[in-house]
Amino acid sequence: MKLERRLEQPWWLSVAVPLGSLVVAFGIMAVILAATGHDPVETYREILDAAFTGNGAFSATFISATPILFTGLAAAAAFRMQLFNIGAEGQLYLGAVGASWIALQLGDRSAASTPLYVVAMCVAAGLAGALWALIPGVLRAFARTNEIITSLMLNYVAGLLLTYLIFDSSSYWRDTSTLQARAFPQGKPMPEASNWPTFGSEVVVPLGFVIGLATALALWVLYTRMRFGFEVGVIADSPRAARYAGMRTRRKILSVMAVSGAIAGIGGASQIGDFTYTLDGSTTGLQAAAFGYTGIVVAALARYNPLAVCLVAVLIGGLQNAGYTLQGPDFPSGLVGVMQGIILFCALGGELLFRYRLRIRRRSSAQGASGPAVEPAR
Amino acid sequence: MNDTLLVVVLADAVLYGTPLLFASLGELLAERSGVLNLGVQGMMLFGAVVGFWITQRVEGASAPVLVLAILASGLAGAAMAAIHAFLTITLRANQIVSGLALTIFAGGLGLSAYVGTELGFSPDLPARQRLGSLDVWGLADLPVLGPIVFDQSALVYASWIATLLVGLYLGRTRFGLNVRAVGEAPASADAMGINVTLYRYVHVLIGGGFAGVAGACYSLSISPGWIAGDTLIGGAGWIAIALVIFAFWRAELCLVGAYLFGALSALPFALQARDVDVAPEFLYAIPYLMTIVVLVIASTGLSKRRLGAPAALGIPYVREER
Repeated sequence: MKLERRLEQPWWLSVAVPLGSLVVAFGIMAVILAATGHDPVETYREILDAAFTGNGAFSATFISATPILFTGLAAAAAFRMQLFNIGAEGQLYLGAVGASWIALQLGDRSAASTPLYVVAMCVAAGLAGALWALIPGVLRAFARTNEIITSLMLNYVAGLLLTYLIFDSSSYWRDTSTLQARAFPQGKPMPEASNWPTFGSEVVVPLGFVIGLATALALWVLYTRMRFGFEVGVIADSPRAARYAGMRTRRKILSVMAVSGAIAGIGGASQIGDFTYTLDGSTTGLQAAAFGYTGIVVAALARYNPLAVCLVAVLIGGLQNAGYTLQGPDFPSGLVGVMQGIILFCALGGELLFRYRLRIRRRSSAQGASGPAVEPAR
Repeated sequence: MNDTLLVVVLADAVLYGTPLLFASLGELLAERSGVLNLGVQGMMLFGAVVGFWITQRVEGASAPVLVLAILASGLAGAAMAAIHAFLTITLRANQIVSGLALTIFAGGLGLSAYVGTELGFSPDLPARQRLGSLDVWGLADLPVLGPIVFDQSALVYASWIATLLVGLYLGRTRFGLNVRAVGEAPASADAMGINVTLYRYVHVLIGGGFAGVAGACYSLSISPGWIAGDTLIGGAGWIAIALVIFAFWRAELCLVGAYLFGALSALPFALQARDVDVAPEFLYAIPYLMTIVVLVIASTGLSKRRLGAPAALGIPYVREER
């Protein structure tokens, strides 16, 4: 067997390889399930039912898909420039903090002012997320500090900040109006008009998901149809070539980090506006969902293509949703993480087929087991 | 005088620094061979759950069971590392994404939680075995040095031996020299007849073994037991990766860094025990913020010449494309 470098990639590969990776991943998972005493066919049927085909399953899947659509886009935006922003998790928290702040600031208004809330919350969340992402961005651009570790450390700090705001301080976000709320810390409820609307009745689509789709489209235009995206591609492939061409790498690092952080931040706004209607500081709520890390799975499986992220987010969202619904003795916690990990491994292994062609040929008798023949000099 | 804040923090610095030391030594070996493994967090958690599993299920005297548990943790970590090795070395996958995938796969929301719940472990399950402190030569009561140096668990002394061995191995042996060649210039190493693939596999696997043992430090010694999620180890795996950069890829400096961060991790508990009136979140955030500060220092002033980073770190080696 021999690997040959592909000179061009046929178009069908970008559909066949991810699909093939998924099939292989579910195959491996079936073996693990069977080995631990679960019936794989039955488990898969339950997952499919809970995720897509069951009654109201699609609506629940959209709830799970919305945050990871945002974090997936955030990861895709940064990873395309080989800028590994692992901080979408923390940027999403900060977005939630920013969005809930502005919604509380605006106070109670009439139901007609919901669009005002939506816009204000997205802007505030985007700013908060972008600023949080700019910390590792600035450090990377000006001190060449590894952005993977700094952005990750800031996730822990952001989580602690969230807990502090609700549990260990009398901050602006904390509800201290009643005796009960003082004893059992919780966030202030958002004004009624700031709750985001939903679309559809059979299948309920939250506004956040629609905003996510629009963001994906905008990101796709930015990265494939504009100079910005071209420069990002050049910097990713060859930083040296980019520098000789006069591209401003530092400025690009800052703007890509800001874009990535802003998208993750808007994901936080959607959490507040679409689902929780209050800032959730507990370690079992927002902080336990690991939206940021799941976003990396989504982005990698979509091969960092913003439009593909939308599709993959629904797919992985379905899996997440099935995980919540089915959790119990037949469906232990951790199973979803294991599945996501295997899917990601398979997608990564499949990358090989994009770059190389497998050629199977019989070993000729002249060429022994000692290794490949000497290559002619290039 | 052995219960003054300073002595308590220093003694705990060694306790909390030991898993960091094991994990960073493992990452050091992998990175010196040219493979970045960001899956430390996942390998540690899986090692932790496997070690705890052995102590809960194997009957027998304490010492042999604990030795078996630590060995099993190491094997568990190495098994996880094998996935990363196969993907990055054989299939030439992106090392960063593969490492993140390993953390998602094996980590607090993945395999370690799956195994833990399948085996029926819960946070209130009492640990049947724990690694106690050894009281070496009866010197534990010695002022100041007693609790810090002579009253630690066997894993602490093992970590000192491991540091010495890794340092000597990389600096003074032919194999260690070969590893460094593989990490700096794989094409030249290949031309010298060194099997690049084999060296990378072996060191990624050994690195995983170290990470697994680091996980066992938590589930057998620091807080014996099992909690699903990241709670057991916090962000120790990521701090260990940062330590390797901070230590300029040298074993002896890993020891210094590990104890520095061990002290920072121990400080909140020591201060809380003394009723210091600061919100605990600020104290818990210190190790994470300090990691960032230390990384910035390491990546600017001191490393203008990129001190120590293996030149081929993160780059897959393909013979045909050199």
